[in-house]
Amino acid sequence: MSTTPAQTVGPFYAIELPYAEGPYVVPEGTAGAVWLRGRLIDGAGDPIPDGLVESWQIDDEFRGFGRSGTDEDGRWAILTLKPSAVAGAAPHLDLAVFARGLLNHVVTRLYFGDEAEANAADPVLSGLDEAQRATLVATPAGDGYELDIHLQGPDETVFFAV
Amino acid sequence: MSDLVRPQSGLILPPAEGTHPPLDYPDYRSTRLRAPKRPFVPIPQSLTELTAPVFGSDRVGEGDADLTQGHAAEPQGQRITVYGRVLEDGGRPVPDTLVEVWQANAGGRYRHAGDQHPAPLDPNFSGGGRCLTDAEGRFRFITIKPGAYPWGNHPNAWRPAHIHFSVFGWAFVQRLVTQMYFPDDPLFFQDPIFNSVGDPAARERMICRFDLEQTIPEWALAFEFDIVLRGREATPMEES
Repeated sequence: MSTTPAQTVGPFYAIELPYAEGPYVVPEGTAGAVWLRGRLIDGAGDPIPDGLVESWQIDDEFRGFGRSGTDEDGRWAILTLKPSAVAGAAPHLDLAVFARGLLNHVVTRLYFGDEAEANAADPVLSGLDEAQRATLVATPAGDGYELDIHLQGPDETVFFAV
Repeated sequence: MSDLVRPQSGLILPPAEGTHPPLDYPDYRSTRLRAPKRPFVPIPQSLTELTAPVFGSDRVGEGDADLTQGHAAEPQGQRITVYGRVLEDGGRPVPDTLVEVWQANAGGRYRHAGDQHPAPLDPNFSGGGRCLTDAEGRFRFITIKPGAYPWGNHPNAWRPAHIHFSVFGWAFVQRLVTQMYFPDDPLFFQDPIFNSVGDPAARERMICRFDLEQTIPEWALAFEFDIVLRGREATPMEES
């Protein structure tokens, strides 16, 4: 018995995968909740309007799963609580990115730009050069944080084998 | 730890070499601007990668596994049941995990604004369904067999009939989205998505099995499809 191969999510995943509460890891109005927002970008620098971003974080109080499709401008958005630092790692979420043209999903992380000290000590971030680190660290912006995900190109996001 | 996170034992092993398709696969044209070009950075699995979301009745309702229901009448097409188990490589079943499916209708048309294939929509078919696996990792859907359809990848390109499957497993790194194909489809040879999986034995694992035993006489044909996720090391994870 061996692992079933992955296949692309295709262009029509919206028939099933997005659901009304998907982007809301915590309900709107939750104290301390932050919007994580960004664009999904292809190798030509164009937005990807048919992508899907999922987030995962462990929490004792709520199911730490978020799911957002991308819109015509490639934008995704997830409302959640910033995770706390665990076991020497800086606060972060895991992200899985799906799209037509991605034969398997890719895995990355979102770290927080206002955690400079924790980020400097994070074992995963410390193993990367400055340009690579920058692709993972979201910028504080208004009611949350912004991070673009580049599947390809000069600013290609760091993706992980895990 | 609360019941929102499942206790885990053992790291998740990588899939066998050649199981998953390469992301950079130019025959599938949409990969050209979307496949990352740089090597993935290896990182160790932490508790976050070894846990996965737990879904319940907020996401799965009664009847959600029957795609032929919920409309004014029954959909057009060959009624089928698709059943199987979600397992880990090594054979351990994965209970209580979310399985989501979506598919084209019997004419090969998706209920989606982006689908311009001039085949009719079926007012009695939406094409999405979901369920949780039972204690033995089993699932069962009732639906209709989807049609093949043309797409613009290369001249006269046709997708073989397929049902999209999304599975979570019990660890973030077990997450799998795949497509289930039907036996003996004459369109396999020209489909770059199916053939992106280089190992013929691995391709076979995406094809369901016709099962006369499980047909519902006078009513529906049956196909069996087991979904195997990455397996688990026997050694317990060290606390850190």
